[in-house]
Amino acid sequence: MAVVSGGTTLIDNGTLDAAVPTGKMTLLATQTASASATISFTSGIDSTYDSYVFKFYDIHPATDDTDLTFQVDTGTNTSYNQTITSTAFQVFHKEDDSSTTFEYKGNRDLAQGTAFQPLCQDIGNGNDESMSGYLHLFSPSSSTFVKHFIGLGTNVYSGDASIQIYSAGYINTTTPLTRVQFKMDSGNIDSGVIKLYGVGG
Amino acid sequence: MGLISNGSTIFDNGAMASGFGGNMVFIKKLTASSSATLSFVDGSDGVVLDDTYKEYVFTFKNIHPATDQANFQFNLSIDAGSNYNVTKTSSGFRAFHPENDSYTGLAYWASGLAQSTNFQSITDGLDNDNDSCGNGTLTLFNPSSAVFVKHYISTCQINEGGSQESMNNFVGGYGNTTSAVDAVQFKMSSGNIDSGDICLYGIA
Repeated sequence: MAVVSGGTTLIDNGTLDAAVPTGKMTLLATQTASASATISFTSGIDSTYDSYVFKFYDIHPATDDTDLTFQVDTGTNTSYNQTITSTAFQVFHKEDDSSTTFEYKGNRDLAQGTAFQPLCQDIGNGNDESMSGYLHLFSPSSSTFVKHFIGLGTNVYSGDASIQIYSAGYINTTTPLTRVQFKMDSGNIDSGVIKLYGVGG
Repeated sequence: MGLISNGSTIFDNGAMASGFGGNMVFIKKLTASSSATLSFVDGSDGVVLDDTYKEYVFTFKNIHPATDQANFQFNLSIDAGSNYNVTKTSSGFRAFHPENDSYTGLAYWASGLAQSTNFQSITDGLDNDNDSCGNGTLTLFNPSSAVFVKHYISTCQINEGGSQESMNNFVGGYGNTTSAVDAVQFKMSSGNIDSGDICLYGIA
């Protein structure tokens, strides 16, 4: 049975019609790290959704004092070296209350760089130490505009502190992006979960 | 009555079937009415706060304090709400701009805790004028982990009560425990939550 309202089919053949706007956040993929050098999302990023959100749950590095980073690519390319210009700032507070900071992070931004963009800073690799947060990628399939992103990573700093890195920027290409890769800036992703959601559409 | 299309149940028993809705799943709404505290306890009154979801989001709508310049706060529990006293380390910053346009600011906000069991402020002092309130979100990551600390982030927008400012508060930190967090309590730093809604969502 179909559900038709005002001549428009809303539900048919067991599914919502694709033209029905849901505005929802839809889980597209989940990947779990296990001593992983990289985690790559190579499908599902297209024009189906207005934007895409990656969620990070308890990313635990193999190597102490390392950052989760990301890069993107187009088509079926695997170089992950698109040009990025970005900003980053941090807010920081030590467990022993000996220091706080709130400052721009010139070593976590890029200026037309092709390096991986940091999403956090210096995660500790103690057994209970990890990083969580998100990366929001806007309109990756546009063939007109650059591709903006906003990231927030909160983690246990390797020197026993709470730290958040707020990053934002754009991938300076008008070619549609199709894939995103995550890795630590040194060593493996020992454990953790990354989920990809589509938003809107 | 259920609604079945081509053998697939779309609606049944007053709810949409799994897979048709979004992945942000409504769990519980609490409404303040001169409330000293509002608590979300796993397994109590329809609240789910366990390993069902890896992420939980609390949304705050029109939080209005009974007492002027009271902070809106939360704490975590690892014993089903018997105690709200998890050790936390955190940091925060705020942007502010008064109605008279006399200054603007962006600065570290000393709301951060350092291995403290105190309640975590996620807003600065709320104005209690009739039309003033605060809104925002608190995200709690993987609260049921038995391995890792419990990360949280919050963003709130408020009417600040001391200088009649628009203020945007940002907080991030972690509950420094490897025990599962199974309850979250909200309160003002002074006086009651006069009115306002708090909703809890799970991110599937």
